Amino acid sequence: MSGEIYQELRGSILSGSPVGLVSVTGVADTAGASTALAAKLLIRPQAVVLGTLGDPELDRVVARDAAAMLERGVSGTRHYGPHGEARREEIEVFVESFVSPPKLIVFGAVDFTRALVEVARVLGFVVTVCDARAVFATRARFPTADEVVVDWPDRFLERVGASLGPRDAVCVLTHDTKFDVPAIVGALSTSVGYIGAMGSRRTHEQRWARLLEAGVPEGELRARLMSPIGLDVGARTPEETAVSIVAEIIAVRSGRARRAMTPLRDAKGPIH
Amino acid sequence: MKEILATIDTWLADGKRVAIARVIGIEESGPRDPGAAMAVNEDGEVAGSVSGGCVEGAVVTEALEVLATGVARRCTFGYSDDQAFAVGLTCGGTVHLLVEPLDW
Repeated sequence: MSGEIYQELRGSILSGSPVGLVSVTGVADTAGASTALAAKLLIRPQAVVLGTLGDPELDRVVARDAAAMLERGVSGTRHYGPHGEARREEIEVFVESFVSPPKLIVFGAVDFTRALVEVARVLGFVVTVCDARAVFATRARFPTADEVVVDWPDRFLERVGASLGPRDAVCVLTHDTKFDVPAIVGALSTSVGYIGAMGSRRTHEQRWARLLEAGVPEGELRARLMSPIGLDVGARTPEETAVSIVAEIIAVRSGRARRAMTPLRDAKGPIH
Repeated sequence: MKEILATIDTWLADGKRVAIARVIGIEESGPRDPGAAMAVNEDGEVAGSVSGGCVEGAVVTEALEVLATGVARRCTFGYSDDQAFAVGLTCGGTVHLLVEPLDW
């Protein structure tokens, strides 16, 4: 039968709340410890630690380290002595941090948006569609979006921008400079990891000029703005375009945007 | 983990016993990162994966033994220089797994 730790873990993962699971993955024969393989701790921010590894000092030290790892969203293996001593190797634990899913904000309630929402949902993004035009930004047009918001991009980003981080993405699909420029300027003021803007080469050039006029440093645009948006896979339909955009988001996140279009057949180096 | 929760729910609701295998470390190449999880019920049904399909068959065997004994174990799959392991990753890497009954 599953118990309290699993039920808490399951609930936190499903609700997108941060939670850390510590499992003992190795106990040296010489440890002489009361710690068993697979013993568990469950870590939640501002909540009591569940479970025990078999030693109160070990529990205290590991819970402290696992909470710090959860805060940074990293997982990994750590080693301790039988009572949590540092620089000892007898006890190995695997700390798995489950963090809230990445967010995607799509500005522009256009037909390409519907396909992008669906593909991004497959990748696990929590997706918000935002457009200032109430006739387009409707729940009926984007049934699979997590949230549909009628607002101006800059106003919306003022509200939620502080919550965006390196794993999150902003896509600007309006290709109308009066929406695009404030959306991009607003996105650049956050620490969001990916910013892409749709448009033809001509739209892109006009938009670039407007962004410079708006006072955005050119180096900042070159470093952070993916425009025209997407990888060059020859996409034509909204669905194909959505795949090219999401592929680019993955490439930027993994630091491979410059070589992402090399087919694996023609590339060198490890695949994973 | 998230992708296997719904299947585990239905197994638990049916009163099945469940084992979970998780990747806890990889050396060299590995198709799934640490944390990748696979669940196996007492009938040998599977949800999720811990590799690209290379070691899942062997993991089912390990998981059923873990359910039979009730004792967690650490398993390693990969090709070492002395070919000590029977099952490996075709990519040449080594994967370490924790296989345990879902009794916590």
